[in-house]
Amino acid sequence: MNLRRDVFQAIADPTRRAILLLVASQSMTAGAIASNFDTARPTVSKHLQILTECELLEQKQDGREIHYYINAKKMKEVADFIEPFRNMWDDRFNKLETIMKKYNRGKK
Amino acid sequence: MERKTKIQAEDGKQEITITREFELPLDLLFKAYVESDIVEQWMGTRVLKLDSKKHGSYQFETTDPKGNKHGFNGVIHEFHPNRKITRTFEMENTSFGVQLEIYEFVKLTDDTSKLTMHVIYESVAQRDQVMQLPFAQGINMAHNRIQEILSKLK
Repeated sequence: MNLRRDVFQAIADPTRRAILLLVASQSMTAGAIASNFDTARPTVSKHLQILTECELLEQKQDGREIHYYINAKKMKEVADFIEPFRNMWDDRFNKLETIMKKYNRGKK
Repeated sequence: MERKTKIQAEDGKQEITITREFELPLDLLFKAYVESDIVEQWMGTRVLKLDSKKHGSYQFETTDPKGNKHGFNGVIHEFHPNRKITRTFEMENTSFGVQLEIYEFVKLTDDTSKLTMHVIYESVAQRDQVMQLPFAQGINMAHNRIQEILSKLK
């Protein structure tokens, strides 16, 4: 497959986001990553390949094993990563605004 | 809906700034942070204690969909009505540490106001962890196993 991979395509998939979260806490081998999912191993491998192609993950040889590391720099380019945090505050503030507008009308 | 909340989080810093403009007069915006029953409504939490004054403190409690209770608390260091609140914030029984929150309330017009929330964390790593929480929670809905793994790492 010769599709051009971009980070947004990579994080669009929930399994891939879960893999990123896993590897964010510590570097892991493909086997260790796969053991966290009920998905078939080749499927996980495919996800790892996509994440590596778009440089969100990096591979490093560690003795006989290959470990996957998160590429923090690339991750930070993905505004989407903190977007849920911003959305959480936006939702809260929208609620605050709605409640206080009602409160104000009730007073008048 | 238009997204009005802005978050400034520079790389490698242990702080963030959240800003938001409200279609509310300044006193109403400030009230939303002071009155227990109003805080309960917009924060979606139970307010066990909220003593809005210098040297005062607060305790909140939320219940997640599984019925687990989560506590939050903090101490109020500065309290200037319609202007400023400085307080600490802590999620109980987590590894996120204590954060310092500086709230500044500013009048824009008679009907609009602006809130600036400056939040300082114990470390860059803790800041990044807290910011990634809602992202992580979104994933957890689909992958309960991740939650087990994270709790083991604590």
